[in-house]
Amino acid sequence: MRYVDEFRDPELITKASEEIYRLAAPERHYRIMEVCGGHTHAIYRFGLKDILPSNIELIHGPGCPVCVLPMGRIDDGLAAASHNDVIFAAFGDMMRVPGTHGSPFEHKARGTDVRIVYSPADALQLARKNPDKHVMFFAIGFETTAPSTALTLMRAKSEGLKNFSVFCNHVTIIPAIRAILDSPDMRLDGFIGPGHVSTVIGCRPYEWIARNEHKPVVTSGFEPLDLLQSIVMLLRQLLAGEARVENQYKRVVPWEGNRAALKVMAEVFQLRPYFEWRGLGFISQSALKIRDEYAEWDAEQRFPIPGSRVTDPKAAQCGEVLKGVLKPAQCKLFGKECTPERPIGALMVSTEGSCAAYYNYEHRKAAALVTSISSVA
Amino acid sequence: MRFRDPQIEMAHGAGGKASRRLVEGLFAPLLFESAGAPLGDAAHVRMDGSCVAITTDSFVVKPLKFPGGSIGELAVNGTMNDLAVSGAKGQAMVVTFVLEEGLPTSVLESEVRAMSAALHKAGVAMVGGDTKVVERGKADLMYITTTGIGHLMPQVTIDTRSVRPGDKILLSGPIGDHGITILLARGELDLAADLSSDTRCVLPLIEAMVGEAGPGIRWMRDPTRGGVATSLNELARDCGLGIVLSEEEIPLRDEVRGACELLGLDPLHIANEGQFLVVVAPEYADFALNALHRTEGGEDAFIIGEVRPEPACAVLVTTRTDGRSSPSLSRMVKSLKPWHGADSTSIPAM
Repeated sequence: MRYVDEFRDPELITKASEEIYRLAAPERHYRIMEVCGGHTHAIYRFGLKDILPSNIELIHGPGCPVCVLPMGRIDDGLAAASHNDVIFAAFGDMMRVPGTHGSPFEHKARGTDVRIVYSPADALQLARKNPDKHVMFFAIGFETTAPSTALTLMRAKSEGLKNFSVFCNHVTIIPAIRAILDSPDMRLDGFIGPGHVSTVIGCRPYEWIARNEHKPVVTSGFEPLDLLQSIVMLLRQLLAGEARVENQYKRVVPWEGNRAALKVMAEVFQLRPYFEWRGLGFISQSALKIRDEYAEWDAEQRFPIPGSRVTDPKAAQCGEVLKGVLKPAQCKLFGKECTPERPIGALMVSTEGSCAAYYNYEHRKAAALVTSISSVA
Repeated sequence: MRFRDPQIEMAHGAGGKASRRLVEGLFAPLLFESAGAPLGDAAHVRMDGSCVAITTDSFVVKPLKFPGGSIGELAVNGTMNDLAVSGAKGQAMVVTFVLEEGLPTSVLESEVRAMSAALHKAGVAMVGGDTKVVERGKADLMYITTTGIGHLMPQVTIDTRSVRPGDKILLSGPIGDHGITILLARGELDLAADLSSDTRCVLPLIEAMVGEAGPGIRWMRDPTRGGVATSLNELARDCGLGIVLSEEEIPLRDEVRGACELLGLDPLHIANEGQFLVVVAPEYADFALNALHRTEGGEDAFIIGEVRPEPACAVLVTTRTDGRSSPSLSRMVKSLKPWHGADSTSIPAM
């Protein structure tokens, strides 16, 4: 399969891994944050940690939209959906995320009309097909998904579709990275920059990290070879004492980003003064709000929203895991009370959540076994 | 452990952990006499000295027709396959139709004809049935339940407790065809692929294999809902041993792999209808594999892994990329969990 197999080629991967061993100074401990949850997932799915030296520590970042959404927003969205004739439409990742009174799936079992959609355009189609119902799309995501929500709102407006609205939870990545760098207990050597977000925003927005914080950033793809190559690029910069933004994912990410996508975002959204993030608290100018010109399609304007603020369950340490301070398995609830099937925190739900990735692929993987596997079958 | 979930959700029917919790926590303790025995695909009943296998399955699938099959044909083959992987040859079947008011007769007739053809091909008789009609909107066109009964094949005993470290895991053919076909047939995704369901009766394959390797066969399962990952995780849990698969040995069509890459699904979690997994003693593994290779439809069978003493109750997959050439590198390994129920894309349950 093109664009997949060549990036999983065993020989090239071995070479990349050997290069990492060569570049990593044995006396040094490297702390590299992969910002994006998609990277976290790939790292576990492909067992990449097994071929990295032990002094390269990968810290999982906040780039999982489902994970960073505070429970209050889910409660608010579900409250709006409790009105008669409202269809709550969201991506599948959202469906098992717990709200105070259960997840969207649990609400569905109790009678709320909850539908999985694969894109905001699907939600719009749902509205066209159900003129006697109101379809509310529960929008989540970073700059990766925000343009498609924006385009859908523009479409709804131009069609004059009255039975469609968006409950907007779109957030932006840069303020989150800034919040992480500002947190006092975080020492990082460099960043594996998000791949999908960068297809929209490009690489320029990371330049301050290199310039002001003196930390290298390498925007990376999601295949094993992409990630290993990005680590090689980071190590080379660190070895040379440099801090630059580099683009490993050139086949997808344009340095300047996607101007058309940025334009539709600017047309439909404006920055919120502040927004609450799970684990990171309130971050100013870190989220998008639907502009007044589109108020008619803004669920927060259309429905009375309780504005719930809910503190996470005390025992759950989602915030610490999100900030990279704790590893998933160090949370007291990990794998016991909190599992992907019965999640307490959102990090256990989304495939991009570090807890789910860790639980699915790493948990119980006996270290002893790794070396004992010589040939299977 | 008692079933404590407050209400029934879709996940309880998805064949994963939630389903298992429901069966083991509510149904088994109250309904099943020998709740201690591991739950297989079919139950064994002793009557007047002879032992028969019996099983039942309900079929709810949307759309009713899909590339490669339809609900009527699934209803016959699915139940025959549950008997076959229990080491039994189906002899007779009864059926219940739950029909929605307004269902066009042409649709019903077409499914009944599909059932008839499947019965004929499988060499099994339909000996009775029941029909219920529910109001419009109370069922999705039609549901079919079939119950099958069959003789146990004398040469083979299926028992998770007989599984030993060193046993080989055999898979009858490429995985994921059915689940991905249904997903695409629903038309909710703007995706198309030249793919059809793998639905078929696997009895001829199993008979051929049992004929040559019967005494070495320890366990079989058709990895339907929840896919290969869920079936093997249940096995690992039931036998208390570890299972290690080699990713590169697992047969997979490019179309299925492509769809899974795009949708973020793991093919090991995707439903199959015409494949089966076998645990076979190492000395019989080649016999079993050769028997399958010589039988029509078994050409793509592979040994995909083996049973290990450790890690207890877990399934691991060695990924395609290994560090052969460098002694400092160990092979990359991931552990594999059963399907958690409905997820980012809801996988057809049946």
